[in-house]
Amino acid sequence: MAKVILEMKNITKTFPGVKALDNVNFQVEEGEIHALVGENGAGKSTLMNVLSGIYPYGTYEGDIIYNGEVCKFNKIKDSEEKGIVIIHQELALIPYMSIGENMFLGNERGKKAAIDWNETYGEADKFLKMVGLSDSSRTLVKELGTGKQQLVEIAKALAKHAKLLILDEPTSSLNEKDSRALLDLLLRFKKENGLTSIIISHKLNEVSYVADKITVVRDGATIETLDKSKEEISEDRIIKGMVGREITDRFPKRHDVTIGDVNLEVRNWSVYHPLYPEKKVVDNVSFTVRKGEVVGIYGLMGAGRTELAMSIFGKSYGTGITGTMLLNGREVNLKNAKEAIKNKLAYVTEDRKGNGLVLNNPIKINTTLANLDAVSAKNIIDKDKEYQVAVEYKDMLKTKTPTVEQNVGNLSGGNQQKVLLAKWMFAEPDVLLLDEPTRGIDVGAKYEIYCIINDLVKAGKSVVMISSELPETIGMSDRIYVMNEGKFVGELKQEEASQESIMACIMRSGRGE
Amino acid sequence: MEKVGKIFKEHTMQIILVLVVIFFSITTKGMILSAMNFEALITQNAYVFILATGMFMCMLIKGNIDLSVGATVCLVDAIGAYMLVNMGTPVPIAMIAMVLIGCVIGAILGWLIAYLNIPPWIATLGGFLAFRGLGTKIVTTASSTSSISINDIEGFKKLFNSHIPKALCIPIGVIVCVIFVFLQIKDRTTKIKKGYETESLMALIVRCVIISAIIMLFAVKYSGALGETALGIPMVLIWVVVVLLIYNFIASKTVLGRYFYAMGGNMEATRLSGIDTKLVLFFAYLNMQFLSVIAGWTSLAKLSTANGYMGQNYELDAISACIVGGVSAYGGSGSVFGMVVGATLIGVINLGMSIMSIDPNWQKVVKGVVLLAAVVFEIINNRPKTKA
Repeated sequence: MAKVILEMKNITKTFPGVKALDNVNFQVEEGEIHALVGENGAGKSTLMNVLSGIYPYGTYEGDIIYNGEVCKFNKIKDSEEKGIVIIHQELALIPYMSIGENMFLGNERGKKAAIDWNETYGEADKFLKMVGLSDSSRTLVKELGTGKQQLVEIAKALAKHAKLLILDEPTSSLNEKDSRALLDLLLRFKKENGLTSIIISHKLNEVSYVADKITVVRDGATIETLDKSKEEISEDRIIKGMVGREITDRFPKRHDVTIGDVNLEVRNWSVYHPLYPEKKVVDNVSFTVRKGEVVGIYGLMGAGRTELAMSIFGKSYGTGITGTMLLNGREVNLKNAKEAIKNKLAYVTEDRKGNGLVLNNPIKINTTLANLDAVSAKNIIDKDKEYQVAVEYKDMLKTKTPTVEQNVGNLSGGNQQKVLLAKWMFAEPDVLLLDEPTRGIDVGAKYEIYCIINDLVKAGKSVVMISSELPETIGMSDRIYVMNEGKFVGELKQEEASQESIMACIMRSGRGE
Repeated sequence: MEKVGKIFKEHTMQIILVLVVIFFSITTKGMILSAMNFEALITQNAYVFILATGMFMCMLIKGNIDLSVGATVCLVDAIGAYMLVNMGTPVPIAMIAMVLIGCVIGAILGWLIAYLNIPPWIATLGGFLAFRGLGTKIVTTASSTSSISINDIEGFKKLFNSHIPKALCIPIGVIVCVIFVFLQIKDRTTKIKKGYETESLMALIVRCVIISAIIMLFAVKYSGALGETALGIPMVLIWVVVVLLIYNFIASKTVLGRYFYAMGGNMEATRLSGIDTKLVLFFAYLNMQFLSVIAGWTSLAKLSTANGYMGQNYELDAISACIVGGVSAYGGSGSVFGMVVGATLIGVINLGMSIMSIDPNWQKVVKGVVLLAAVVFEIINNRPKTKA
């Protein structure tokens, strides 16, 4: 039996009005990869924040025992000194600084006041090599893709002599290939250096791939710890623990949906990068969407999916856009988002906090923002009507909130996504471009979002669903377009689609066939 | 107790205003509450209320400011005075000309900021230098004394400097109170009828009583009914109230007002919601210059002269009023009412310190501290509660 490196005993953490953690017990053995799973708001991140000293000693009850001693961390630096390093979900790198500068930020190399740049970059290159990055540490972080940035975060943690690495949703912004590389890296460090890691993730396939043990957190309590060496752990088994019931079908079936005429057709669509006008991000793409149809666009991060959708939505992205676009067989030229909305197009962004919602405004104001004309007369807002609309959509989408006066920033990810969907449904579009509609939300909320998509197509709308999750794309789409490096490299009907056939399209195109 | 704390937190600035008034009543032995000081509070600060209204709209969008407004006041007043005195232009035409010039200036600044993406403080810093230079050049060229006196242009001065007769003050006060209370009750009954959340009846009564008391206090003071020397309601108060009512309506009830708040909250989300964010930004600066012209009218009438020092530091007064009044320096939140409280608070502090004949240098120190305290307070007050 391996040595227990970390034990968290009877941890209770209360926020005004909520008990976020209730008597949690959690044990990690040296040299294992321990996954922490649970729905959003279950308390995983809170538990890790307690561990890393973000919530200082005294603001919680219970004990943290690390390497046999009781720890009283008052700030992150305290836990880092012991070798506990947390990598947060949102990347914390400064884009206009080099990799090396980022890596030793707050931990600068050199003597006294002067930074020794040779040592900085020399050391940094060493750690970069360890994580398998060949870029020079003098490269600016903004030049790197998200996959490489995540590796830099890990190198940064190693530079702090991490013995226990905590990764909060490390792959949420990575494509499948980069995610796999990251997980393999963790496995390699475990084997070669005996590094212990705790990984928080929503992606169950990754969890079952990488973890030795899985602890399920629900409603602020640890429910159970599954040990892979003792039993076979299926994804359904984990889900059962997370939601407290079995979800028999992860993707709801669609009934009585008739697929009608072509609603949106895009021909020979090309888009160039707004800052580097010589770089083609969408290359000669053509596709159609019919009424009542869910069309999936699958592609890895950086394949040009978001760029395609936003450029269709009133040229909200890119320069030098060429191509033809037809709505209901009529050629249109949409110059901005306003015209796109008028022509019954909606783009539901992948980045709901960055460019989807006004977080410091209430649900009702967010719900009507894209269609204020519908709740106003002569440019004066009818606040009664606005309130009613917001309540109606809240009930329809089962958004969990006490009132629609609640600020959107206070809601969980899944409920924020519902408000975002409500906003665009209220704009009464015929075609909805959904960009990663279930990113970063829990299993239960995902199911509800799928149901909403089904209701939309049942009402005769067309849905284009962009996703980087294969099971979701396959489970929800009537037809799938596969995108890679700005091009469409395959079109598959639902019955032809499988993980293998889709990946095969991408591999083939990569070899230039 | 918790309820008291909440009331205190939501109305801190109003409570501080009351405390400051009480403080100065004691230190000035009641002089600050004389009828003539009620007159002075309004006439000396009319420009602050008007400019701060425009500044409020700019600040709603990501905390943008306009540094040029004081210089604009100087320029349009110089041109206005030149037309009225040296060219003998009729009053309405001169006023229209001033508005047109303000709008052209506003359009240029708005275009630079919204369509060329020049940071607002840089674009308006250019205006700050250029407009004052131009205004000063006009008055020095036109007059050997470097100032143009409009003392003889009664028609213009009357629009701002005259008073509504004393006898009418109390009736007007009563009518305004009745309208206010009626609107409050009407709002509440519609809410109850439609089954919406309403505040407690007590809160409504308290508010009606307090607001009516304030209105009647001003009305009684202006009427001279207490045997004091009084002149009646200053016309400039009517101008200020009209501006405030219009912009309060725009900010809280209209689609355009909603755009301002949404842009302050999340510019990108607003743009992708099909809103022409550039046009709104352009409008904010156009509007700011338009209101600068109105503030310029009141200043020209009050001083009866135009010179190169007109409107100095006006932009800073307007920004201070907004900040003290709880308009977020980062954009997205604030209200006209809050700004009015902020402007009044600064006005009362100025007035009180002048009556006490405090050294002007110390007055500046006090104002600086008040400004910083207000920002610190806003940030602490709005600090997000730690999330679960």
